[in-house]
Amino acid sequence: MHQFVLALACCITAAAQAAPYIPTNGQQVVETVPRRGDPVQQELRRLRSELHASPNDITLATTIARRYIALARSETDPRYLGYAQAALAPWWSQTAPPPAVRLLRATLLQSTHQFTPALADLKAVLEAEPRNVQAWLTQATVQTVQGDYTGATASCARVSSLSIELVAITCIANIGTVTGKAERSEQLLDLTTERSPNAPVELQVWATTLLAEMAQRRGDSATAETRYRRALSLHPRDSYLQGAYADFLLEQGRAAEVLTLLRDQSRIDALLLRRALALQQAGQSSALQADIKELAARFDAAAQRGDTVHQREQARFELLLRHDANAALALARKNWAVQKEPADIRIYLEAAAQARDTAAAKPVLDWVNQHHTEDAMAARLIRQLKVGTS
Amino acid sequence: MKRLLLLLLLCCVMLPAQAHKPSDSYLSLDVQGERITGQWDIALRDLDYAIGLDQDDDGQLTWREIQARRAAIAAYALEHLQIAADAGPCRIIPGQQLIDDHTDGAYSVLRFQAVCPAPLTTLDIRYHLFADLDPQHKGLLRMTHDGLTSTAIFEPAHAQQRLRLAAPDQLQQFSAYVKDGVWHIWIGYDHILFLLSLLLPAVMLAAPADNLRGAFIDVLKVVTAFTLAHSLTLTLASLSLISLPSRLVESAIAASVILAAVNNLYPLFRGRRPWAAFGFGLIHGFGFASVLIDLGLPKGALLASLFGFNLGVEIGQLCIVAAFLPLAFWLRHTWFYRRLMTAGSTLIALVAVVWFVERAFDVQAQWIGL
Repeated sequence: MHQFVLALACCITAAAQAAPYIPTNGQQVVETVPRRGDPVQQELRRLRSELHASPNDITLATTIARRYIALARSETDPRYLGYAQAALAPWWSQTAPPPAVRLLRATLLQSTHQFTPALADLKAVLEAEPRNVQAWLTQATVQTVQGDYTGATASCARVSSLSIELVAITCIANIGTVTGKAERSEQLLDLTTERSPNAPVELQVWATTLLAEMAQRRGDSATAETRYRRALSLHPRDSYLQGAYADFLLEQGRAAEVLTLLRDQSRIDALLLRRALALQQAGQSSALQADIKELAARFDAAAQRGDTVHQREQARFELLLRHDANAALALARKNWAVQKEPADIRIYLEAAAQARDTAAAKPVLDWVNQHHTEDAMAARLIRQLKVGTS
Repeated sequence: MKRLLLLLLLCCVMLPAQAHKPSDSYLSLDVQGERITGQWDIALRDLDYAIGLDQDDDGQLTWREIQARRAAIAAYALEHLQIAADAGPCRIIPGQQLIDDHTDGAYSVLRFQAVCPAPLTTLDIRYHLFADLDPQHKGLLRMTHDGLTSTAIFEPAHAQQRLRLAAPDQLQQFSAYVKDGVWHIWIGYDHILFLLSLLLPAVMLAAPADNLRGAFIDVLKVVTAFTLAHSLTLTLASLSLISLPSRLVESAIAASVILAAVNNLYPLFRGRRPWAAFGFGLIHGFGFASVLIDLGLPKGALLASLFGFNLGVEIGQLCIVAAFLPLAFWLRHTWFYRRLMTAGSTLIALVAVVWFVERAFDVQAQWIGL
């Protein structure tokens, strides 16, 4: 009966969404769009019309692509990634485009988790340009996400000879912290960050966010708090940072602060998820139901287009908001096949613990043993899983 | 210079893939004979980027501004969509313009009619909306025809697709469900053991029925009762008209195997085995239904797939019975068969007890957990 009601509810939501209407009033604002008069948009339009006149101008094309990738990041809007790809159209389908294009293609591919072709492109770029620090760094990042720590360490080593200290140390500490050298990596990164007050702000935010996450993983919430706040003072709207800090606050049961932090950020799926979790923690059930409905619709829309980029978030959604441990476990398992960061370990273990399926957690348990991953929350979940079986 | 390089570096390291989805449009086609009724939802954001909708450039699209560009929107969209039948291209006539809200913003809804030269059996669709502006854009097609729904995703690498409307798909779908049904009963040891436990005594009947005909009639009664019962609950549960918690169903199925096996050691049902088959068949039907629900029932072909799955279950079951009956009849007076009745049934009961404990234990474990 429960299932039937649920199915019915889904039909009603679908029906409610699929009801086109005619606005009653001509003055009614239906949508907001980027302003053409905006200097950034104006500049990009000018560049695009130049490119339109000479579409094979590779310098111009890569400039436009880089500008759009930067815009995609600052606006957290993936449409700009498509515009970046459009600028690279003459070379996009080539087997071996010029290195400048190939590096950007790798960047765009990894943004949709197509790690294998992205790595193939990076490898080719690095064969042609062994001193391309950008390519080494991107490769290190993809390798770390995939859990190829040997490969990532080698890539970071190349970065260290080509770039400033903070970049190199952040690169290497990001690996050390998940391979049994958490304490030393954290000390080293902390020291290097202190010594690099003149490093670009983006870099400081990146390093400080990592430092906060490191402190959080070893259960030192006071230090984590200080570092999250410092990173936020440098860049308050960084969506990755906001998500990480929101998770930290949720872990501490500080739902009200999450709601303040993520005010007006519901446009971003990952942050909407955190807001819903905070609403659940705070017991605000009507606002929570609305957010759950919205998230379900968004995951549904992504599934319709065949996207699997949000499996980590979707697993959390199923586990914590819909309380469907089996669905969450299935998603966490698929996600694990693609990426292996601390957050992926956590959601997998949490889903397996809730589903009381220790056998399913084996790949992650083996992984944690093999790489000596240190994470207070993961350790707690592993104990819970082991108690469950004895 | 170094600073500039660094900024570039960082912006390209990790993109926060946590925003909205990329651009999509939603194209629905309802095919009837040679006519197609269509609806195409295209994001206003994308249309504004492509052809400019925000006339006063205040970043806010009013309904009036959108209406003013209605013809331009329809012309631009339909320039990028070609639909053709085998006999030639279909003529698309734009209709009403509306607005709809999707998860990533407001969309312009374009309704249209397409008239094709002949009744459609296949449909060739060429979709290249925004292909030059945003190669990550996808066109999500949902087509209905004779109550059947099919979907397709258009993107630059798959801009041209041929969609079949004829019946073979339906038949294929149906036979897939039949196969799933057969497969499920063959790998569902609990169903097989239940049925066999009930059938073991069929060849050991008392005097007047102590022959192949008597055994056949007895088997027929038991199997028919089991079939009627599980078909009933399979149908009701698959249509979501009734539902039971799956732990309860699975435990009850295990319990039914225990009882059916114990019946061969110590008669519980006596002459009423067909009734026992019916009663427990109701429970087994719920088990079949959960498999069918997991497989997913196509909305357009609900009854056909339900029937196909049920048919598959019956075929699988008949194969088992057809192998069992002659063999059992042939062996019925042997020492082996008597052993099978006693030791075999004991073993079945023991296996089923383990299942029962596993399944029921899980229920308790869940309750403690909550």
